[in-house]
Amino acid sequence: MAIYQKPHALEDVSMHFCPGCTHGIVHRLVCEVIDEMGIEGDTIGICPVGCSVVSYDYFGCDMIEAAHGRAPAVATGVKRSRPDKFVFTYQGDGDLAAIGTCETVHAATRGENITIIFINNTIYGMTGGQMAPTTLPGQVTQTTPFGRDPKVAGYPVRICEMLSTLTGTAYAERVAVDSPAHINAAKKAIRKGFEVQKNEQGFSIIEVLSTCPTNWGMTPLESMERLRTEMIPYYPLGVYKDITAEK
Amino acid sequence: MANERMLMKGNEALAEAAVRAGCKCYFGYPITPQTEIAAYMSKRMPKCGGVFLQAESEIAAINMVYGAAATGVRAMTSSSSPGVSLKSEGISYAAGCDLPCVIVNVQRAGPGLGGIQPAQNDYYLATRAAGHGDFFLIVYAPSSVQEMADYVVKAFDMADKYRMPAMILTDGVLGQMMEPVVFSDPSDSTVNKDWAATGHKNERKHNIINSLYLQPEELEKSNIARYKKYDIVKAELPEAESYLTEDADIIVTGYGASARIVRSAVNAARAEGIKAGMIRPITLWPFPAEAYAKTVDTCKAYLCVELSMGQMIDDVKLATSCRRPVRFFGRTGGVIHTPAEILEQIRTIAKEELK
Repeated sequence: MAIYQKPHALEDVSMHFCPGCTHGIVHRLVCEVIDEMGIEGDTIGICPVGCSVVSYDYFGCDMIEAAHGRAPAVATGVKRSRPDKFVFTYQGDGDLAAIGTCETVHAATRGENITIIFINNTIYGMTGGQMAPTTLPGQVTQTTPFGRDPKVAGYPVRICEMLSTLTGTAYAERVAVDSPAHINAAKKAIRKGFEVQKNEQGFSIIEVLSTCPTNWGMTPLESMERLRTEMIPYYPLGVYKDITAEK
Repeated sequence: MANERMLMKGNEALAEAAVRAGCKCYFGYPITPQTEIAAYMSKRMPKCGGVFLQAESEIAAINMVYGAAATGVRAMTSSSSPGVSLKSEGISYAAGCDLPCVIVNVQRAGPGLGGIQPAQNDYYLATRAAGHGDFFLIVYAPSSVQEMADYVVKAFDMADKYRMPAMILTDGVLGQMMEPVVFSDPSDSTVNKDWAATGHKNERKHNIINSLYLQPEELEKSNIARYKKYDIVKAELPEAESYLTEDADIIVTGYGASARIVRSAVNAARAEGIKAGMIRPITLWPFPAEAYAKTVDTCKAYLCVELSMGQMIDDVKLATSCRRPVRFFGRTGGVIHTPAEILEQIRTIAKEELK
């Protein structure tokens, strides 16, 4: 009996992600959920600009590339034209919370029946480590060389908190992938997001606190430690909205 | 009511024809003078099982079209000049992914916020630079309410046939005016789209809708292949109306609303004994160069009339190989030329060029 194997929904190709990056974990979790629900043939994924830009080669379902920030609008077009399909986007923090904020907020408030996997690693990875909307105060990046000064660069955006105020948001949870326990919880949350979509309950978002060792200038282990000690205090884990739990 | 004659606004006739052409999804955003299209679709689409959605922006609307087109359905968005600028990113992505879809531009005067009166100042945008990168759109320029209906159907058909976005480039005059219209029988919208992202049902390898090529050689290959397709489109699609051109000394040329006024001026010139004619491009891309080329030997001078500072005139000069003088007469800012003004231009040319 196989104890551990590659999910069917994950293509058997080498990934371009840097060593120690947590994208691979999250890809795997999404694909495990797709496998377990048996929906690979009925799922359409959308990957926009950012480190997930070539994820269409990794996810085995039909895939669509989106312009920077536009994935929720593209997903809306897909879902409205094919309401019987599962539709998910896989977006980074620059994509979702800066250039795509408008599309994100409106997809949520429309209660668009899609699932967003939101990777929050507090930095722009693909372009080489610039300040993201989620960059923490004091954090050094290529474009905040003296640390993010909120007086100049403003404050980080807490997406789950913000979207949970919208009636159309059915499910919003923040998870992390720094430990086996958190990874298990993350998978449960992703499954929940897809279940919400299956039951046509509306917009679901799973924010995944992730690491970027390359652009943080840390080892993978140090990165996990930073996620725990710096990110989780600012971005508390938990369920921010769950209409299935409301009576 | 298939072949009944109806009195309709240009924008509404276009919307109705789009529905009959099998448009399943319409995504729009309010902007004058095209809002009637969205208003019509909001009433009509729910009744025929289609999708109407008012997007949060022009940018979102074109990306919704991109998503719907990626799944293989017929999808459309409409806007007016400033809104079409916003759509240019999405149009480029659709062209880069070879996605058939229809974009309607009911032009108004610019640049910037400009004004809400009719204009033809987006010719360059439509035919040259609808977004970043090497690509073209099929561009139709209707000149009557009937053509608003006819050419949106054709736009869907040709977009599907050649797998590329198509644009209806019209203006506030045609969008807002009322004329009788007869709708033709619905076109066959059942095109095989085995490339679409529809869910692979575990029966095929996954389809990928994408315009990213990180290897320069691969991107070059893709661009060259697309331009080979454009060569076919250029050979097959150009369309123009030639009016009284056989013996014409002066050919006046204009598209869309301008062409309607040009026709009146040409008739008036003929009544005065000036041998004037008209060429009215119906496809702006591909430009119907042949219609001009075959008049160059006999025609003495051309006059290009546009509601702009002069954009299409470049193509007229190219089509005539600059062998004859091509003069320009344009009004802009939302001002519309009168037949008398154009007639005066024709008289001047007759005096100066026909010696």
